[in-house]
Amino acid sequence: MNARMVSGFVAGLIFGLGLIISGMADPAKVLNFLDVFGTWDPSLAFVMGAAVIVAGAGYRMAFLSPKPMFDDAFHVPLAKAVDTPLLGGAALFGLGWGLAGYCPGPALTTLALVADGTIVFVLAMVIGLWAARFTPKV
Amino acid sequence: MTEFTPLASSLGGALIGAAAVLLMATSGRVAGISGIAARVLPPYEDRETGARVAFIAGLVLAPLLYMAAGGTVVQTVSTNFPLLAIAGLLVGFGSAYGGGCTSGHGVCGLSRLSKRSLVATAVFMGVAFVMVLITRHAL
Repeated sequence: MNARMVSGFVAGLIFGLGLIISGMADPAKVLNFLDVFGTWDPSLAFVMGAAVIVAGAGYRMAFLSPKPMFDDAFHVPLAKAVDTPLLGGAALFGLGWGLAGYCPGPALTTLALVADGTIVFVLAMVIGLWAARFTPKV
Repeated sequence: MTEFTPLASSLGGALIGAAAVLLMATSGRVAGISGIAARVLPPYEDRETGARVAFIAGLVLAPLLYMAAGGTVVQTVSTNFPLLAIAGLLVGFGSAYGGGCTSGHGVCGLSRLSKRSLVATAVFMGVAFVMVLITRHAL
């Protein structure tokens, strides 16, 4: 047990509560956001907007320190190129997200509600996540 | 139909943003769920596995805490299991291969003003919009 495990647990808990309170734990709400020409529910835009405003301001404050509280350096992604893996991966992710209304966060958060559909989705998602780590980036 | 909830959704979004800031300020890492979940499995390339497992544990325990405090978690999940399995594979593989999902690219990436994340978010949202247009209005 180290300090990063404690702060990681608290961050995961707050993240999960945020998903639930925002309504994003319900795939129906996500699908309705994506259904602009049908039963459109713009709520997801407010989730993203508020999250980016808070994280944008908070990151700026966090980066005023030379390093994070419990580690020697920040580990932000360094890649800059807009390449095929980025575009192809995002497109495949969008296909699945549009099919089920589930992305990784909400799917994992609602696992504890033990809906059969969520369990099927998460098992398949974990296989996909793992397989991607062994797939060469072309 | 689902109810439009601007206030609750903004509050929830602010909590998601706060969680991302907490992780960055303490561990110096982005709160990208696909990246964290993918690296809970072997091979292990660094010493952060324990912190990743702890993050996922917090995420999974959140609804139980919420319900214990008297809240109700609304959830409408499809019962079309083959469709969910295909969607799960696509979401898992695509997000890990593309280096992020709604949280890593959508929230953390946009907050860092990353061009890669802006492009990825536009692509997965655009594709998802078209997917729903087809499944709900064309089929």
